[in-house]
Amino acid sequence: MKNINLFYFLMIISMITSCNENDNSQSTTSDNYDRSALLSNLVENIIIPAHENFGSELNTFNTTISNFEAERTIQNLEFVQEQFIETYKAWQHIEMFNIGYAEEIYYVSKMNIYPANVTRIMSNISAQDVDMNNPYNYAAQGFPAADYLLFGLAESNDLILNNYINTNGNTNAFMTYLSLVVERMYINTQGVLDYWNNNKNDFISSTGNTSTSSLNMLANDFVYYFEKGLRANKIGIPAGVWSGLLPQNVEAFYKQDISKILAKEALQASDDFFNGIHFGETQVNGEGLYDYLAYLDDTNYSDSSMFTGLNDDIQDSFENSMDKLNELEDNFANQIETENIKMLETYQAIQQGVVRLKTNMLSILGISVDYYDADGD
Amino acid sequence: MKKIISEYFSLKESPHSLAVYRIGFGVLVMFSIARFWFNGWIESLYLEPSFHFSYLGFSWVKPLGIYTYLIFFICFFSAFFVMLGYKYRISIIILFLSFTYIELMDKTTYLNHYYLVSSLSFLMIFLPCSSYFSLDSKNRKKIPKWTIDSLKLMLLIVYLYAGLAKVNSDWLFNAQPLKIWLKTKYTIPLIGDTLLQQDFTYYLFSWGGMLYDIFIPFLLLYRRTRFFAFIMVIIFHVLTRILFPAIGMFPVIMIFSCIIFFDNDVHKKILSFIKKTLRIREFESENPEYFSSIKMQKASLLIVSIFFVLQILFPLRSTLYPGELLWTEQGYRFSWRVMLIEKAGYTSFKVVDNLTGNSELVNNNLYLTKFQEKQMSFQPDMIIEYAHYLADVYSDRGFGDISVYADSYVTLNGRPSQKFINPEIDLIKQKRGFKNKDWILPLNDEIKSLL
Repeated sequence: MKNINLFYFLMIISMITSCNENDNSQSTTSDNYDRSALLSNLVENIIIPAHENFGSELNTFNTTISNFEAERTIQNLEFVQEQFIETYKAWQHIEMFNIGYAEEIYYVSKMNIYPANVTRIMSNISAQDVDMNNPYNYAAQGFPAADYLLFGLAESNDLILNNYINTNGNTNAFMTYLSLVVERMYINTQGVLDYWNNNKNDFISSTGNTSTSSLNMLANDFVYYFEKGLRANKIGIPAGVWSGLLPQNVEAFYKQDISKILAKEALQASDDFFNGIHFGETQVNGEGLYDYLAYLDDTNYSDSSMFTGLNDDIQDSFENSMDKLNELEDNFANQIETENIKMLETYQAIQQGVVRLKTNMLSILGISVDYYDADGD
Repeated sequence: MKKIISEYFSLKESPHSLAVYRIGFGVLVMFSIARFWFNGWIESLYLEPSFHFSYLGFSWVKPLGIYTYLIFFICFFSAFFVMLGYKYRISIIILFLSFTYIELMDKTTYLNHYYLVSSLSFLMIFLPCSSYFSLDSKNRKKIPKWTIDSLKLMLLIVYLYAGLAKVNSDWLFNAQPLKIWLKTKYTIPLIGDTLLQQDFTYYLFSWGGMLYDIFIPFLLLYRRTRFFAFIMVIIFHVLTRILFPAIGMFPVIMIFSCIIFFDNDVHKKILSFIKKTLRIREFESENPEYFSSIKMQKASLLIVSIFFVLQILFPLRSTLYPGELLWTEQGYRFSWRVMLIEKAGYTSFKVVDNLTGNSELVNNNLYLTKFQEKQMSFQPDMIIEYAHYLADVYSDRGFGDISVYADSYVTLNGRPSQKFINPEIDLIKQKRGFKNKDWILPLNDEIKSLL
C-alpha cells in the first residue's frame, strides 16, 4: 500500500513540475494565437467597411431613384440602372455575413432571392398594402425585384420608361413599388449597419469556441455562403446540376450580362475574407482564416508529415475557380444555353473549395458543421 | 481443472452488490431517458427526419410517430421498476427491449455507451439483481458469485477493447485525434490556454488514455490497487467530461459501474446509507426466488456464457476485412472503439435515369437532417443505404433503370480530404450487406494498428 501511495504521489508531482517547466521555458507551445486580433481584423477591416460601402452605394441608388421619380427621363433611368449594378456588386461583399440582426430579419432572403417572383411582384404592384415581411414576398423584393423593374418590364429602355410615365390606367403603381423595394432595402440595411456598429466590441471579444461564439458563426456562415450562395445559387442551380437547365435562375437575369461580374465579385470577396485582406485596400493583408490555419499547421503538425498546407490548398481552389469563371461569358444565361459544360467545370472548381472548407478547415478549427444538439463519443 | 471450474461456479456471495447495481442502473437509465426527452431529442432525432438509417435485418425497427414517446415512457418506467426491484425479471426484459428498440431506430445516433446499456440490461436479465433490497424480496440469501463477476467481466471487455483499439499509430505516434480536439478547447478555465496547448499534453493524454483503458480493469480487480484505481476512474472520466461535454452520460455510467468491483462491505454501507437517508423501514415480503431452481441457474449460466463468447468475438470481426478500419469503418461499431477518429465528409449523389440519360444531383437536405447528413457523409454503410433509398425516391418520381453514383470526400484525423467512394461505381448494383465494400477507395496512408 505504501508503495502505491508513493507512486501516485510521484506521478502527480512529476505532472505538475513538467507543466511548470514547459510554461516557463517554451512560450511557443502555449496558445498564443490572438483570436481577437483575427476577429478585430475581420470585423473592423472587412465586415464594417464592406457594409458601410454597401450602405453608401445603396444611398446613392436611393438618390437616383428619387431623381428618376421627380424627373422620369431616359437619362435618369439609365443613372438608376448604372447605380443598380454598382450597388449589386457591393452587395456581393456582405451577403456572407448572415449574423445577428441580419439573421433575425431574414436580411439575405429579403435582399437576394432569385429568380424574382414576377407574378407576386405584379400582384403587389396592383395591391394597396404590401407586407414586405411576409415570406411570400421575399422573392418580390430586393435586388431581383429591382432587376425586373429596371430591366425586365420591356425590351428597350424606351418601353420600360413607358411603365413609369404612362398615365393610362394605374398611373404611378410601378414607380411606387420600385420606391418601396429600394426603401425596404435601405431600411433593412440601416438596421444591419447599426447592429455591426453597436455590437462590434462584443463580437470581437467573443473568442470562445462554442456554437454561438464569433469565429464559429463567421466560419459557419462563410462556408454556408460559399456552398449555397455562391456555388449553388450563382452557378450550380442555373447550370442544372441538381435538375434540368434553369438559365432563368441566373443572378440579375433581366440585366443578363452582369451575372459573371457579380459571381467574380462574390468569389473575390470570399477569397479576401479567407485571407483577411482589407476591404477596398487589396494590398493590405491582415489576419484571416488563412493565417489561423497556418498557425495551427505550425503548432499542430510541425512534428508530423500529416499536414500539407491546407491554407494553400484552399487558396488554390479559389484561384482555380477564378480561372474557370474568367472563361465564362458575361451572360451566364447565354453560357448555359450555348456551352453549359463550362459552367459545370466552374461548378467543379468551386466544389473543390467547398470540400476543403467544409471538411478539412472546419475539422482543423474544431468547429462543427452548423449547430445540432446531440451526444457524441 | 474441471474441479476448479465447478467449484468456482458453486461459490456464493452476499447479494448486496447486485442490489446496488440494480438501483443505480435503474436511476441512470431513468435519468438518461428523461434527459433525452427534455432536450427535445426525441423530436429532433426521431420524429423530424423523414428517413431513418437502419441496421441490417432491423429495418422494421422505426420510430412510431407520436407513439415514439410511448416507447421512451415505457423504458423510463421499466427502469423505475428495475430500481425498485418490482417484478424485476419482467421489468428488466422490458427495459432491455425498449432501450434496444430505441437504439435500433436510427443508426445515425449510434453511441458506444448506448450499446453498453443494451448489453448490460440484457446481461442483467439473467442475474439475480432483485434478490435483496427490492420490492420483490428482501432475502439475504447468498447468490452465485459468478453473477457478480459477470458484470465485472463485461466492464473488463469494454475497457480492454477500448484500450487495445488505441494501440494504433494515429493515436500513439501522432496523438490524433486528441491533438485536433484539445487544441480548440482553449476556453476551458485554467488548463485550456496552457496545458491543452502543449504538444506533450496530447501525447500524455493519448498514451495515458491507452494505458488507463488496458490496465484499469485489472487494477480494479486486484484488491490492493482497487482504491487507487477507482480514484483514477473518477479522475479520468471527470476529465473526459470536462474536455468533451458532448460525451453525455458515458462518464457517469462508467464511474458508477466500477463500484461493482468493490467488496461486499462497501455495498452494504451504500445500502444502509440509502436506507437511512430515505428512511426505508425493513419490511417482510415473499421471495420469488428466481434462482431457486438449479435448472434456472444452469440456463442462465449457459446464456450468459454464450453472450460473453459473442462479446469477445464480435469486436474482432474487423480483422476479417481488408483495408484501413478507421477509414472504411467495417466492423467499427459494437467494438468499444471510443473517440478514435475525427472524421468529416462531403458526399453528394448523382441519380441517373439510364433510359432517358437524364441525371440529377441530389439535394441531401430534402431527405436528411443536418445531423444525418453529417454522419452519412463518412460512413459507407450509411452511404449505400441512402443511395438505395434515393433510387426508390426517384423511381417514384418517374425515373427508370436508375443508377446512383456518389461524389465523396472525407478527411480522417487531420489528413487532407481525399476521394472516399469510387465515383464510377453504381451503388444500386452493390448489395447492402456484410461483404467487403470494395467500392470504398483506399486511404492514401497507412495506419498501423493492433486490432
